[in-house]
Amino acid sequence: MSTYLKPVPNTWWLKRKPYILFMIRELTSIFVAGYCIFLLILIFKLGEGSSSYSNFITTLQSPTSITLHIISLIFVLYHTITWFNLTPKILVLYRGEERISQRLVAGVFYFTWTAVSVVVAWLVLGF
Amino acid sequence: MVNRNKKIETGETMQLEILRYNPEVATEPSFQMYKVPFYEDWSILDAVNHIKNEIDGTLSYRWSCQMGVCGSCGIMINNIPKLSCGTFLRDYYPNKISIEPLDGFPVEKDLISDIDDFLTKLTDIKPYIIRNKGEEKSLDEGEYRQSPAELAQFKQYSMCINCMLCYAACPVYALDSTFIGPAAIALGQRYNMDSRDQGREDRQELIASHEGIWECTFVGECSAVCPKDVDPAAAIQRAKVSSTIDWFKDVLIPWRKKK
Repeated sequence: MSTYLKPVPNTWWLKRKPYILFMIRELTSIFVAGYCIFLLILIFKLGEGSSSYSNFITTLQSPTSITLHIISLIFVLYHTITWFNLTPKILVLYRGEERISQRLVAGVFYFTWTAVSVVVAWLVLGF
Repeated sequence: MVNRNKKIETGETMQLEILRYNPEVATEPSFQMYKVPFYEDWSILDAVNHIKNEIDGTLSYRWSCQMGVCGSCGIMINNIPKLSCGTFLRDYYPNKISIEPLDGFPVEKDLISDIDDFLTKLTDIKPYIIRNKGEEKSLDEGEYRQSPAELAQFKQYSMCINCMLCYAACPVYALDSTFIGPAAIALGQRYNMDSRDQGREDRQELIASHEGIWECTFVGECSAVCPKDVDPAAAIQRAKVSSTIDWFKDVLIPWRKKK
């Protein structure tokens, strides 16, 4: 007897919202990696001396650069939030018979994230 | 059978669009439209049973318990895998409902899928308690004792009814059917986490293979569609963590004695 197997089109991920959100989450990795490369270039420029570094900083102030940074920020935020929300599924902790609430586990990550961000902002902006 | 005395009359009708496939007359499936009466308390399965009994006896589909425990009536309802006995007409009224066999599996006829691939994988994962040689208890020695805390570790994963909705929701399985898949891995994990079991090493070769947990990209839809809240996505990610820890242990402590 012959069976029929429905072919999967390349656009399968457009069929349902959860699949689209998943694909966006996967795509955000490119921006995370991209920003890491950018930070490495920044350190490299710093190593080349102060004139090279300040020239680089001037190019970063162009509208194109600022737009790219804003786009990267949005994707990196999406990346961080989606993964933080998934973490309690993987990090399953028990206190005796009772499972520690998923919100508490995610909360620890959000709290640490905020705390680190405040410290970094304090160092960079110099309050 | 449907209890005809308990129907809540509305006098309305609904349209069901069902994907039909008969390998004896066609090479591809096609949709057929049916008009069914709309009753407030009818599940999709009740409506499909009505079609079979009153309109078109050639329609083929699987069903049994009508109470969400047998796991045989899973179909795609408006592109989402669901148990047809636990999904109700009233939640779609007055819109047309589209019904298809489960995604990812070859279709034998109409809504009947060929599930042999899943059954093979389920067997391969060894979903039963394995004891080390010489450590099995005989019947008169009694049961293997377990505390409620130990039970809590795996209870959620033991609720699986093998309905395969998770496979139908998994794009990885649809694209590459060599993937062991959500339910089978979750059941493997269920026994791995059982304090009475000693078979983790036996299952590890399959679970930690490329066709096992590492094929999973954590789409998470398997858990979203699971009618028993088994959360296979979490089971797979947790297996990834423990397999990674194994790998580090093997590298850092090569003389470590394996169980």
